[in-house]
Amino acid sequence: MRVPAVAAVVLALFAGALAPTLIGQAPTLTVLTKEGRRSLAITPAGDQEFVALDDLAAMFQLSVREEPLGAITATYKGRTIVLTPDQPLASISGRLVTLPAPPRRAASRRWLVPVEFLRALTLIYDTKIDLRKPSYLVVVGDLRVPRVQVQYDPSVGYGRITIDATPRAIGTLTREGDHLAVKFDADALELVTTNVQFPAQGLIQSVRLADPATVAFDLGPRFGTFKATNTTGDASSRLVIDITAQAPETAATATQPSAQPATPPTPAPPNTPLPDLGSLLPGATFTSIRTIAIDPGHGGDDEGSRSANGTKEKDLALSVARKLKAAIELRMGLRVLMTREDDRAVSIDDRTAVANNGKADLFISLHANASLRPAVAGASIATAFFDTRTQSSARALAPERVPSVGGGSREIEFVPWQVAQIPHLQQSTTLATILEQQFQNRIPLAARPLEVAPLRVLESANMPAVLVEMGYLTNVDQARLLAGAEFQNSMVQALFDSIVRFRDALDDEHRETAAKGAK
Amino acid sequence: MNRSTIAGLMVTAAVGLLISLVILLVVFGVRRVSSTTKPPRSASGSVAATGIAEPGVLGRKIKARLFYVSADGTRLTGVEREVVYGDGPAAQAQFIINAQLAPVDAPLVSAVPPGTTLRALYLNMARGEAYVDLSREAVTAHTGGSLDELLTIYTIVNALTSNLPAVTSVQVLVDGKEVDTLAGHVDLRRPLAKNLALVE
Repeated sequence: MRVPAVAAVVLALFAGALAPTLIGQAPTLTVLTKEGRRSLAITPAGDQEFVALDDLAAMFQLSVREEPLGAITATYKGRTIVLTPDQPLASISGRLVTLPAPPRRAASRRWLVPVEFLRALTLIYDTKIDLRKPSYLVVVGDLRVPRVQVQYDPSVGYGRITIDATPRAIGTLTREGDHLAVKFDADALELVTTNVQFPAQGLIQSVRLADPATVAFDLGPRFGTFKATNTTGDASSRLVIDITAQAPETAATATQPSAQPATPPTPAPPNTPLPDLGSLLPGATFTSIRTIAIDPGHGGDDEGSRSANGTKEKDLALSVARKLKAAIELRMGLRVLMTREDDRAVSIDDRTAVANNGKADLFISLHANASLRPAVAGASIATAFFDTRTQSSARALAPERVPSVGGGSREIEFVPWQVAQIPHLQQSTTLATILEQQFQNRIPLAARPLEVAPLRVLESANMPAVLVEMGYLTNVDQARLLAGAEFQNSMVQALFDSIVRFRDALDDEHRETAAKGAK
Repeated sequence: MNRSTIAGLMVTAAVGLLISLVILLVVFGVRRVSSTTKPPRSASGSVAATGIAEPGVLGRKIKARLFYVSADGTRLTGVEREVVYGDGPAAQAQFIINAQLAPVDAPLVSAVPPGTTLRALYLNMARGEAYVDLSREAVTAHTGGSLDELLTIYTIVNALTSNLPAVTSVQVLVDGKEVDTLAGHVDLRRPLAKNLALVE
């Protein structure tokens, strides 16, 4: 069962004015000023939304008059807006502003103007009037009201909350009893929680505004620990909160006395046991793998494959990649490079360049397959193919001597871009085999799960590299499965476990090599 | 010269002029079609090019192995078909690819996107390489999966390398140009050799 959070835009208003389409109440605009918050009633008509001109007059000290020739004027400190009842225009000192609809007279004889009239009003008003229509918010004056967008990426035993604030605003995170509170350095917030869902995993139950500048996340019965990371850019800031679940026995104990759990504790699904976090949490030393590159396939105009019901490969790949990134960073403490963080086109060479330039130790490209035969199903793992002649030529490349600073010369090993994968083929095959083993009993596998093919994105990767096809979007059942959180979490867990085992295998190899060298 | 002699000379001259015009049209017309696309930069040595279907030799046919999506959808399956005989490797290669691109009836399924046509075909005899220039539908009508992309590419590659001993590798071009991939996966920047591992 899924517990939908507030699946719409919620105003950052303590008064709690919600988007009218969300709750079906009388819609209102919330007006934020230095003096406080006020509501402004909205009157829907057709596909437009109107506000009463006399309400605006009272709120903004306007003088409204009906002129003899039918025009309506709204004046503020000698500056006038002229409206004509049958025209979707507002005239301000000879300048015309287009409105989505003409003014109209309500049954009560009051004049109504489209909500967008506020954008014309800002041209004659003393201070800025910022209409944020999707959020039904009007910010008057120089208030700091950042748009705060929340995203939640869950997986088995953990979850990641990402909070983006634009313009940037620093959020301070504290735990306050049964919730995590993020207090922003702002006058109010425009909180956007569109499409945020908190699955019944028992970590986070809901998100809400605790006060005008504080976002609260209500904790579930399995909430264990959290770790936060703040990053600040020129225009925006991001707070990432990684949450881990309590150990299963602790969680079970903790849930018993809970008087009013919003959701029942969720047992781990069969075949997806919780990993041994003790061996994975920071503190362990990792030598063979420090950086992992994750490549969500396609993006932007390149949608990749697509299911009959509209699931796009590019979106699926990005969703799983984000969850995998969160899992690796949180539970292994490794650096993760993403070839794309959002829905945008990235050339194949640029994808490999992210991994090569970032000195990644592992490259995983995520995709979803398509077949002309609708029954074809199952995940597969591919490694790069090079013909024998190309492999021999690449391996025969001798290091070149180049002059070194200060005199003399030194040898440099040149790696041709197009065949950089060749020295890593054996390790890539090892990783593919581990992935196949880890997918068993968790992820439906294709009839031939291991493929070797001349795949462009793998050929230039200067590290072990695989391309994972998670399933077939052209198969109706698989398309439904792949789009679901349960499958995606299982996929992330299987990928995560494979990386751990691959790292262990490399570490063992290094230790053996070192031991032989010591003898 | 009497009047009948003059008339005969005029008829002879007109016929001669007509024949010359036909010869000129044929020679320059074929040249124009053959040069609508340039062979790729990597093609060196002797290049045989063909741009449009030329008539087969008096209805002669050969047996060729063409490739379609297997019943389980994960491989190609070889099907023996009659293909128009071509005089020389370049013409034969063209007839084979045209036969491969032709629509097929169920239960056969072609791995080549519908609407794809052959724009031109070049052979580099010295290197055993063929360059198959397909229309843009090969990209725009593709399903997008890596498996289908592999099957599309190796349908073309295997069709030539399995039937023409002189061709050992094939590079697929699209709309007269080299392309990185058809759908974002399979590297098309170099000629690819026959892949029977993909054939059941």
